[in-house]
Amino acid sequence: MALSSRTAPNYDDDVVRWFALATVLWGVVGMLVGVIIAAQLAWPQLNLGIPWLSYGRLRPLHTNAVIFAFGGCALFATAYHVVQRTGQTGLFLPWLAKFTFFGWQLVILLAAVTLPLGFTSGKEYAELEWPIDILIAVVWVAFAVVFFGTVGIRKVRHIYVANWFFGAFIIAVALLHIVNSAAIPVSLTKSYSAYAGVQDAMVQWWYGHNAVGFFLTAGFLGMMYYYIPKQAERPVYSYRLSIVHFWALIFTYMWAGPHHLHYTALPDWAQSIGMLFSLVLLAPSWGGMINGIMTLSGAWHKLRDDPILKFLIVSLSFYGMSTFEGPMMSIKTVNALSHYTDWTVGHVHSGALGWVGLISMGAMYHLIPKLYGRKDMYSVRAIELHFWIATIGIVLYIAAMWIAGVMQGLMWRAINPDGTLVYTFVESVKATYPFYVIRLLGGLLYLSGMLIMAWNTVMTVRAGKALPVPVPPVAAAHA
Amino acid sequence: MEILYLLIPLSTALVLLILGVFAWALHRGQFEDLEQEGERILHDDGLQIDGDQAGNGRRKEESRSV
Repeated sequence: MALSSRTAPNYDDDVVRWFALATVLWGVVGMLVGVIIAAQLAWPQLNLGIPWLSYGRLRPLHTNAVIFAFGGCALFATAYHVVQRTGQTGLFLPWLAKFTFFGWQLVILLAAVTLPLGFTSGKEYAELEWPIDILIAVVWVAFAVVFFGTVGIRKVRHIYVANWFFGAFIIAVALLHIVNSAAIPVSLTKSYSAYAGVQDAMVQWWYGHNAVGFFLTAGFLGMMYYYIPKQAERPVYSYRLSIVHFWALIFTYMWAGPHHLHYTALPDWAQSIGMLFSLVLLAPSWGGMINGIMTLSGAWHKLRDDPILKFLIVSLSFYGMSTFEGPMMSIKTVNALSHYTDWTVGHVHSGALGWVGLISMGAMYHLIPKLYGRKDMYSVRAIELHFWIATIGIVLYIAAMWIAGVMQGLMWRAINPDGTLVYTFVESVKATYPFYVIRLLGGLLYLSGMLIMAWNTVMTVRAGKALPVPVPPVAAAHA
Repeated sequence: MEILYLLIPLSTALVLLILGVFAWALHRGQFEDLEQEGERILHDDGLQIDGDQAGNGRRKEESRSV
């Protein structure tokens, strides 16, 4: 029992609770902003002539809020929860974990103020100006210290696969953020990128794609590998495959970024490498998806009865869909049609709403009642309702964007026999209008589901009680 | 495309790092006896884990044998 002197008597669940509740709050906010800008695309008058409500300023607010506030808080909460439970230990430096909570919320608040005011570095998914970037880097390093420190003081010899995914996500995001955000400040609120022209574009999409790969995929796969087995009360279908999935995925992802820059000034060979690695990525992605879904093999009835499992398993089917669609879209000839159209927006949202959103919601529905000393959420029927509203919303959203995107691509490339364009650009905008309205409807449904979740969460917290959970004692080793 | 002189070495260094971590994990026996590891998380909420999986002793034993 030599190590037991370092064992905290209870799991450090406070910070997990805070991040879990913040996930729900920022989900509502981020999705609300998404609905507003979706409405602005259909009816531009909704800008109301106010600069800080204009689409160009609210769109980065939406992406930052859903990715880094909603998704980020979900990742913090689950990483801190999973690493403690699988290692059977409390957190390493719990006060530093609390610092990451307040630091991350400060980043979010600063983003919510500066982006509408028009302070931006102009880099997609990395718009925040340099002082906030520094704060992000500090919080992230603290996150890494707490996470890897906790792995270091674990009482279980084997490091559960979910922790590998969380660990890779933490390290990769630190590296990506620091390299891509390198900038020369000229004032407190304005800086210029350290890179110029196509160099900057390449760094930006090396960052952008790996942010998808490590923030929006690896981190949430960590969630998947813990919460699906827990909710299904069955071990993952093949633990061996989950290990292969991890190593294959992180080896491959890093090289796929150039597919965002097909037919640009980027050298052809770099574009082709990007395409090739994107196609290779299909294998580990689908291996992981099948592994997660097959966890229910022999217990499919659970899917009928348990709405949380519906969230988790359907999220994986969206993961499978978008990791099939992505490699297809990275093929240069397909990309010639799809790039710059709303197909890309549809693809992103099939991953964001379908995969990231549903897996986070499922994980939170599993986690929140347990953090408040309850077996289930306040209303299980409300979870079921949320699931169906959200799923119908996603289908409306992505189907509308698929049709709109392919239509736009075909209209833009249509050429008369004499070589002139068949359609003006504005004609394609006009033709897209009905699909923008359908997309708004899908977004409204998805937001309504999130509001139901927020209500259910408040009721669960009110009905429950935050009880300390003792770390189970580890029996002395025989060896 | 001078930027590739930064990004390719950076990504290669990362791959080498990943390989290093993989080798470490392999040699520390992280991938032995895998299938039971998937089961363990189902019991992490309150049940005791038996001595063979306890961190300390086994790790010592191993570092001796490596």
